[in-house]
Amino acid sequence: MNFDLTEEQQILVDSVAKFVQNDSPVERFRKLRDTERGWDPTTWARMGEFGWLGVVFPEEHGGFGGQFVDLALILEQLGRGLVAEPLIPSVVLAGGLLSELGTAAQREQFLTPMIEGRTSLALAYAERQSRYSANDCQTRAEKRGTGWALSGEKTWVLNGHAADQILVLARTSGDSLDAEGLSLFVVDGDAAGLERIRVPGMDGQRSALLRLRGVEVGADRLLGEEGRALLPLERTLDRAAAAACAEGQGEIQELFERTVAYLKQRSQFGVPIGSFQALQHRAADMYAETELCRSTMILAAIAADYEDREKRQAEISAAKLQLSRGGWFVQGNAIQLFGGIGVTDEQDEGLFFKRLRVLQGLFGDADWHVARYQGLPGFGSDE
Amino acid sequence: MDLSVSPEQIAFRQEVRQWIQDAMPADIKAKAAGGGHYDHEEQMEWHKILYAKGWVAPQWPKEVGGTGWDIGKRHIFGEELVRSNAPQLSPFGLMMVGPLLIQFGTPEQKERFLPKILSGEEVWCQGYSEPNAGSDLASLQLRAEKDGDDYILNGQKTWTTYAQHADWIFLLARTDASGKKQDGITFILADIKNTPGITVKPFLTTGGTDAFSETWFQNARVPQSNRVGPEHGGWTMAKALLAHERTGIGGIAESKRWLQLCKRIARETPVGKGSLFEDRGVRDRIARLEMRLRSLELLQLRTLAAAQVGRAPGPESSILKLVGTEIQQETTELCMDAMGHDALGWLDSPPEALPAIEQGVASSFNYLRAATIYGGSNEIQRNIIAKQILRLPTA
Repeated sequence: MNFDLTEEQQILVDSVAKFVQNDSPVERFRKLRDTERGWDPTTWARMGEFGWLGVVFPEEHGGFGGQFVDLALILEQLGRGLVAEPLIPSVVLAGGLLSELGTAAQREQFLTPMIEGRTSLALAYAERQSRYSANDCQTRAEKRGTGWALSGEKTWVLNGHAADQILVLARTSGDSLDAEGLSLFVVDGDAAGLERIRVPGMDGQRSALLRLRGVEVGADRLLGEEGRALLPLERTLDRAAAAACAEGQGEIQELFERTVAYLKQRSQFGVPIGSFQALQHRAADMYAETELCRSTMILAAIAADYEDREKRQAEISAAKLQLSRGGWFVQGNAIQLFGGIGVTDEQDEGLFFKRLRVLQGLFGDADWHVARYQGLPGFGSDE
Repeated sequence: MDLSVSPEQIAFRQEVRQWIQDAMPADIKAKAAGGGHYDHEEQMEWHKILYAKGWVAPQWPKEVGGTGWDIGKRHIFGEELVRSNAPQLSPFGLMMVGPLLIQFGTPEQKERFLPKILSGEEVWCQGYSEPNAGSDLASLQLRAEKDGDDYILNGQKTWTTYAQHADWIFLLARTDASGKKQDGITFILADIKNTPGITVKPFLTTGGTDAFSETWFQNARVPQSNRVGPEHGGWTMAKALLAHERTGIGGIAESKRWLQLCKRIARETPVGKGSLFEDRGVRDRIARLEMRLRSLELLQLRTLAAAQVGRAPGPESSILKLVGTEIQQETTELCMDAMGHDALGWLDSPPEALPAIEQGVASSFNYLRAATIYGGSNEIQRNIIAKQILRLPTA
């Protein structure tokens, strides 16, 4: 059992932290949130050059053969600067599935350019009625010639507005709630019959609502085995939940540190407000929750690589609950302790607050993870 | 970072599980199958069994009688003890004064005291609080005055938990009242059974048991060689010991036992045609607490991992105490809620009315209100975090 960073990991963390400090402070995000795309392709290309987009992929897939923890460490540092480039949708969601399920040709065509920072990707799985259930899919793919035609609607597709390719989850057989019969297809962002409606988010990032009206793809665009997409998708969403915990840790840490600094600096009644015991105790509790979040974030990042499904889900759900519960304690109290200026747009704390709230609601919220956790076989046994 | 389980660890878990199964005497097994509410004699019986096996102090260094296990193995061992519902050992020697002596004791003190802490031949208790020195511990007044090679002790200690079972007491005494109150305190060990002038008087807690005592000192004579650390240096000792105490005081293992018990109670409580364990509300409450406990457990492992590479537990162990005791109380509240009408029962309720697994729950539920108070109240822990970690200004 070992929680220390390796030398390579420490170097990685330092270099990402330096990038955020020098090249991507919060002011960069403030400018980007007013643009149509919401993120910067030149910066994305640099991330490709740095190797950050390929860190988790095997070397034979053009990556660097790292562990998920390495990516989590990158995400955490990026969270401290509210970096908006689409790592979670491109690398964790779509990239993860391409690496796991793709043929050599598919990887070369879609994964390699993304790893190099030349393209970005998205995964379209959620639908209006599906909430967090990946199997609840009404979008259909029907055989058309040797290929397929996709029809349906997808909501909250992260980076769906800008992605060069979008992995679309569609039903190739069965009823809308069946576990079997789900398939993934690689759809070009500019495919005929695909309508992309850009949706601005609370956190200043973008997603898309997709309408697919008989979008035709060739047989070579089926990703993985027909009808067997649910299990790999579920694993990918677990990894995405772990990624949300990792990025969220950056925002939580930032909110916590900024609040403590403010308590020392802000004076009322002729003394720094941090000398008041009521506020000191609040800050102490924020510290406890921040450290608990750090513990489970590490746990989730390690568990993301587990083959054992139940173990992986138990740990990641525990972490996602802590991100929501403990993270909420930190973000809510950060705004409270800043007082009135905490709710001004001019102050950065509100931006961290909003991004964190978005991450808490992605890939299963607290209630969903609690429900999943108590449904795992181990919960009911004495082990 | 690595949390992977090696084949060696899997084999180790199997070995520990089998050994506990074989080593646990029948009377303890019977209690383990019930609520797991043990008395002092049963605790010591189990202590001696663990000692004979060489497994009584996994957290100690190997050269003074520890097991030499890394934290991975210690963690597995702890998990198996929880699983077996075996008695928990008195922490005052093994978890508190023992580690302090290892850190600060003279070679003579180590040789004199450590082996008997290990063997269970000598049981320890703690003399910190006084009637007028609770959270403001540094204002303690029990006097230690030098007389030849001895100290003469006069004063009163309170909350000396299980002093009636103890052979020795470690205590904080005032040796200088002239300067800053923290600078005039000395850490002293006293033979509580055989020193004339020491009187122990247990009293009942709301849990219905005599867990606490008051201890009086009237011209009690103790050799100066029983001082740990320098004269007037007791506050440093006290803080170091509290940090050791807090890594265990969060009660993570205890909370796991309570959750385990809560699930058993829920499964054995009929509701309609099924059991209470099928109730979604109850399941959600247990799940949330279990998941939160997992977060804290990881934090504890991080702290222990840091300690293993030589960093002594610091003020961050306050989080373990703060969050751990709150979870512990919540787990007992959950058990009480699961019991429904049975929560009306008490220590002397007959087994026909109160099933064996529910025996003692109400008592512990009451007693454990102390968890957020003892070891430095949780408000004091927040003060420690605010001042020592966050460096917030003083008023």
